[in-house]
Amino acid sequence: MPTEANARLSRRGFLRSSAAAGAGLVLGFELGCSTSSSSGAPEALGGTTPPPAGATMNAFLRIAPDDSVTIVAKHVEMGQGAFTGLATILAEELDADWSQVRVEAAPADASRYGNALLGSLQATGSSTAMANSWQQLREAGAQARAMLVAAAAATWGVPEAEVTVERGNVRHPGRGLAATFGELAARAGALPPPPVEGLTFKDPSQYRLIGRPEALPRVDLAGKLDGRARFTLDVHLPGMLTALVARPPRFGGKVTSFDAAAAMAVRGVREVVEVPGRGVAVLADDYWAAKKGRDALVVEWDESGAERRGSAELFAAFRARADAPGVVVRDEGDAPQAIGGAVTVIEAEYELPYLAHAPMEPLDCVARMEGDRCVLTAGSQGQTIDQGAAAAALGVPPERVGIETLLAGGSFGRRFTLDGDIAYEAASILKAIGGRAPVKLVWSREDDIRGGKYRPMVLHRLRGGLDAGGNVVAWQHKIVVQSIFKGSVVAPDLGDDGVEPSMFEGASELPYAIPNLRVEAAQATTGVPVHWWRSVGHSHTAFATEAFLDELAAAAGRDPVALRRELLRDAPRERAVLELAAEKAGWGSPLPAGRARGVAVHKSFGSYVAQIAEISLRPDGLPKVERVVCAVDCGVAINPDNVRAQVEGGIAYGLGAALYDEITLEEGRVVQSNFHDYRALRIHDMPRVEVHIVPSAEPPTGIGEPGTPPIAPAVASAYRALVGSPVRRLPFRRALAGGAP
Amino acid sequence: MKHRLQVNGSPREVDAEPDKPLLWVLRDDLRLTGTKYGCGVAQCGACTVHLGGQPVRSCSVPVALVGERPVVTVEGAQGRVAGAVRAAWLELQVPQCGYCQSGQIMTAINLLTEIPKPTDADIDGAFAGNICRCGTYQRVRAAVHKAAQSVGG
Repeated sequence: MPTEANARLSRRGFLRSSAAAGAGLVLGFELGCSTSSSSGAPEALGGTTPPPAGATMNAFLRIAPDDSVTIVAKHVEMGQGAFTGLATILAEELDADWSQVRVEAAPADASRYGNALLGSLQATGSSTAMANSWQQLREAGAQARAMLVAAAAATWGVPEAEVTVERGNVRHPGRGLAATFGELAARAGALPPPPVEGLTFKDPSQYRLIGRPEALPRVDLAGKLDGRARFTLDVHLPGMLTALVARPPRFGGKVTSFDAAAAMAVRGVREVVEVPGRGVAVLADDYWAAKKGRDALVVEWDESGAERRGSAELFAAFRARADAPGVVVRDEGDAPQAIGGAVTVIEAEYELPYLAHAPMEPLDCVARMEGDRCVLTAGSQGQTIDQGAAAAALGVPPERVGIETLLAGGSFGRRFTLDGDIAYEAASILKAIGGRAPVKLVWSREDDIRGGKYRPMVLHRLRGGLDAGGNVVAWQHKIVVQSIFKGSVVAPDLGDDGVEPSMFEGASELPYAIPNLRVEAAQATTGVPVHWWRSVGHSHTAFATEAFLDELAAAAGRDPVALRRELLRDAPRERAVLELAAEKAGWGSPLPAGRARGVAVHKSFGSYVAQIAEISLRPDGLPKVERVVCAVDCGVAINPDNVRAQVEGGIAYGLGAALYDEITLEEGRVVQSNFHDYRALRIHDMPRVEVHIVPSAEPPTGIGEPGTPPIAPAVASAYRALVGSPVRRLPFRRALAGGAP
Repeated sequence: MKHRLQVNGSPREVDAEPDKPLLWVLRDDLRLTGTKYGCGVAQCGACTVHLGGQPVRSCSVPVALVGERPVVTVEGAQGRVAGAVRAAWLELQVPQCGYCQSGQIMTAINLLTEIPKPTDADIDGAFAGNICRCGTYQRVRAAVHKAAQSVGG
């Protein structure tokens, strides 16, 4: 039975502790298998000049005679700036000039490119790219630098200690000798790499790239301005067929039979095949023919095992589950008794809906045979799992599946799944046609919105107690939510009563000094597939905990910033971001009529974030967020401009969901289908965002996700301050405007 | 059915069903993949091209209705305004994943062609149909102003 101990596990810890064994066992392959694929380099660079080969210095670096420095990125570039961040770390210790730096995507090879924070799977997630690569790439850079120095010293017959390196140039100042990286690369690459223990690293005061206040130009931008950047959807291969899949209208439905005649009659349609466990694929010469063919396809579905409940029924079931005991994941003092003795007791329930990720590039994957190997081309966020899933579909060992990782047109978690769903579908279709043609699997936007793998729907029930002095003396929190990990390779044995960190992370490590505190989680079971969505559990726990604390502050007649400052007495980094944001936002200073401020603080993925939202009211009663002042402590800010960009984007992503978005079901069918009713934030909804970064020498932590959790509760806090009533249901549109889009 | 088109200044002929959207003709027939599919129902703006000098959602324009009006895609967008927009986009590091940016850039070029000094409200109006899930809107706004300055000299 889970105990308090695993309340301290993060998703990343959970994966670390169980992923390796689980993946090896269930997918039937061992981590550490070494496979290489033909390089995805030209695509990864956005269709620009292919990086030159050159001398291999280590797994992460090649230097070519033309002085180009090619850094091999083990993390997918999906907009979060990973390519640039990884290159920054390595180039800094190498002392390369930024203009020589190129980046290419690593092949699928967990033995060289595994993520130490995600069970050694090759994967990008949990905002770990910088944290897991920081030391590794500092070493790779310093090691290559030492090899260049040794090569120069040997060439010139001088002591290594007299050789200097600066911006891609190696010199012996005393004798006036100089060489470029390119000139030394062949000799340096042939030297034995020096042991890591003997490497010397730059003093941070000498950094030229890391922490540079002005933006270091992103390595992936040029092709994104003129259409050259190559995404999976842009891949065309000779003879390639485009596949769209008809999937069951209710989750859990299965194919009974299908009639392909009408689909085959569509010009350009070549084949209709069943995809085991998924649906029926229509393959055609291009997207439009495949779409028309799928529209014409007739499928009979067996819905005997399908989920038939609607959202209202699911919430009713969640409430019933909340009435029964859950699993205590944190317990301090005696919260129930303290509530009983409190002078004032506040109770609230918060409801949050299913959410789709809706990355701009729909889900897609190209699969083809090259001899006896299968090659996937995709913006894969989880290469090792995708490799295993495709191998399972094809019935081959994973060594025979290669992956060319391309740029991903957004993901927000969707392209890293525990079952490798997209890779599995693409490989299954390839198998169904005997591998005779390359297959480009595409999900339409409707497929994406209705395709499941949602941020879980969740019910939070909170009770808080105040003493006569208005102090928070008790906090009792129960969360009812589906498990993301249940049934996956990571947690194959989690039963219906079990809990895992994605259900309660962010709630169990509440940083406030409250003497009596209990957090319980209870698993809901539905047929709706759930998945991590930018910030995972934090995307809902931050809302419930911060909105509730705000309600407690109001009940106690306390200023919400002052109350937090007091309760954060044992949490200095949270307190520091709170104070910085409050200062920069002018907390407490007068505002024009019709405006109010709200606050939220939340730590996720190792980073501490505070946000002050300033709102007015729109004519339809929804909050208009005018300004957000954000303070963030993410350790060393490798690329401060990218930290700002990620926080701006994280706020936009969270705000769109908070204001507008929900996936709802009626009789088991998803109601929404495209951006007209799954609206997403638009430019006129975008507040002015100011991001203030706390200077830090701590190792870098996450930044792709931590900006998202605090925005919804900060806006709710401002709304309560302005209107006087709390918001207990997301999205605001549903809570305040009856749900009209 | 054959269609004669003017794309990025060149005559092109394609054989396609008349209801095939311009988007898929550009992407799958002409291999101009800079124009992106995001929704297929004119809700997201990723497929924005200029048709007869006006921004349109190419996912919702059947190829049979294109006629002789010139089509300009992100690959073919040239000139002083286009150059200023790209320079501003680069300077302010606007794109993240970049997938929607072809559409954002085509919208920006059209806006600055029609309104050389747009206000924030002009920008919000012009870009209301261009979704960016990465949330680059603040930088889009700033980059449009910057491009306007550089075009205006």
